[in-house]
Amino acid sequence: MKPQVSADEDPGRGKVTSMRDAVAALVHDGDVVAIEGFTHLICFAAGHEIIRQRKRDLTLARLTPDLIYDQMVAAGTARKLVFSWLGNPGVGGLHAIRRRVEAPAGEGPAGGADPAPLELEEYSHFGMVGRYTAGASNLPFFPLRSYFETDLPKANPLIRPIRSPYGDETVYAVPPLKPDVTVVHAQRADADGNTQMWGLLGCQKEAAFAAERVIVVVEELVDEAVIRADPNRTVIPGLIVDAVVVEPFGAHPSYVQGAYDRDNHFYRDWEAISREAATTQAWLDEWVYGVTDRAEYVEKLGAERVASLRPSGAAPSGSVDYGIYR
Amino acid sequence: MSAPQMGEPQGKPLPVAPADFTKSEMMIVAAARELAGQRVCFVGVGLPNIAVNLARLTVAPALELVYESGAFGAKPARLPLSIGDPTIVTGATAAVSMFELFSFYLQGGLVDVGFLGAAQIDRFGNINSTVIGEYEHPKTRLPGSGGACEIAINARQVFVIMRQSKRSFVDRIDFRTSPGNLGGAEAAARTRREEGWLGSGPTVVVTDLGIYHFDETGEMRLDSIHPGATLEQVRETIGWDPKVAEPLVTTPPPTPEELRLIREELDPEGAYTK
Repeated sequence: MKPQVSADEDPGRGKVTSMRDAVAALVHDGDVVAIEGFTHLICFAAGHEIIRQRKRDLTLARLTPDLIYDQMVAAGTARKLVFSWLGNPGVGGLHAIRRRVEAPAGEGPAGGADPAPLELEEYSHFGMVGRYTAGASNLPFFPLRSYFETDLPKANPLIRPIRSPYGDETVYAVPPLKPDVTVVHAQRADADGNTQMWGLLGCQKEAAFAAERVIVVVEELVDEAVIRADPNRTVIPGLIVDAVVVEPFGAHPSYVQGAYDRDNHFYRDWEAISREAATTQAWLDEWVYGVTDRAEYVEKLGAERVASLRPSGAAPSGSVDYGIYR
Repeated sequence: MSAPQMGEPQGKPLPVAPADFTKSEMMIVAAARELAGQRVCFVGVGLPNIAVNLARLTVAPALELVYESGAFGAKPARLPLSIGDPTIVTGATAAVSMFELFSFYLQGGLVDVGFLGAAQIDRFGNINSTVIGEYEHPKTRLPGSGGACEIAINARQVFVIMRQSKRSFVDRIDFRTSPGNLGGAEAAARTRREEGWLGSGPTVVVTDLGIYHFDETGEMRLDSIHPGATLEQVRETIGWDPKVAEPLVTTPPPTPEELRLIREELDPEGAYTK
């Protein structure tokens, strides 16, 4: 059953709502949540709102947990991670998560907001992509040529060998992943949730189609005519979207192709911030609990920082002619 | 970097002595030269990223860069910190979904060389990037596979770039994330054939001390030692008694042009090369 998000009275506003209302209505304690986006278009704004609303016992799925899940784990929202690469890309480790999974050196867990062990369910990138693909296409598994002669099937017994029905070949299978909620960040959508994105597409399409509920967060709300003028660029149809949240700069410190750059300084800064549980909590207090919403976060970030992340120039695509046929 | 041309006249080339370049620069140059003649290369971050871009500007002008994040034929205008960077998309041949990238490009057999790094590697090129210690209660939790295990299985060849140390070049890895030559060449060849792998496994390991290839038994063999490095250093930083080629050659030092490209075009801030 899909809970309804209270949309505005104005029918032109369609599924448009605030991040607070979208998260309150669509994310529940115990849910499997996927905030996808492979390094690009990671919706930190949604993660922070989930932290502020103190959701608990979530299973967080993402290929690369990235800083957003490090923050959400540090804030005590998660009991389990489903992932394929657990690091700070280009920088190092994810320390809040590591504190929850590494063997205690003598005195027990280093202790964050929630020192209970964190459950891990681990795949490879292709395995995770395959899981969403199976989930999206209502299949019982996804077959792939990976995992041979590795220790991954021992570490995760859900990765299983399967014999081809057409010959002697054996491949590996991974089970479908169907998130309760998938959150996708994009350049633009219309009020019905028809969503267009460009740049690295990751596996947002698969993760959205696999999900029970979908929240789309966009830099810009556009008229339906803008979407219809370029149908090839539509990655997610409004048909599967439950809420549209307009949240400019909502992906920071991740990035949005053509709109703002990855804030690599923050990715590097997180290395030091997250080294200790106390500094991690202080950061959450200041930048997540200490602001009411994304707009306030952006204001706190400051105009100078924001301006420094804008592209140094434009690189527009050429337009194509779809033609009119009557 | 504004598409610099290879072989621009630099005046009379000066001899380059070991004191004039860093170990990282030697690793990058050695790895780049190994890419001569290759067409499609799966790129990782850090040193491989610079090596592959250097190869594109020197020995492998037709090289197509594939980033696992979904950029094909990338021409990054600056050195990306991570494999997810807007600069790898702008001007690329194609930006594809990860499903397409892993299914059609990699599993479909279009990738000639995949670069892998590792926390631990053994003499047969089997790689661990998952945990140090036991899986359930690791001493150190590492990132895990990412795309590494399918790259190891499906890329036609695997190149490894990593620094030597007794902690990383080990007799037994703690976890096998990416298969190399398993327990030896013969068994590995049989397994690859029976299981339909497209890859032939690891072929090159470039370290801060030298270049290894794999001999007929599937074991790493030091074929070239970098200028300034000694066999004693090699043996002190490896967890088994390494095979050494006869005769052992010395890696030609970086040329002034290779160094100029690295320092001026590819890593002007020295983020990876100091």
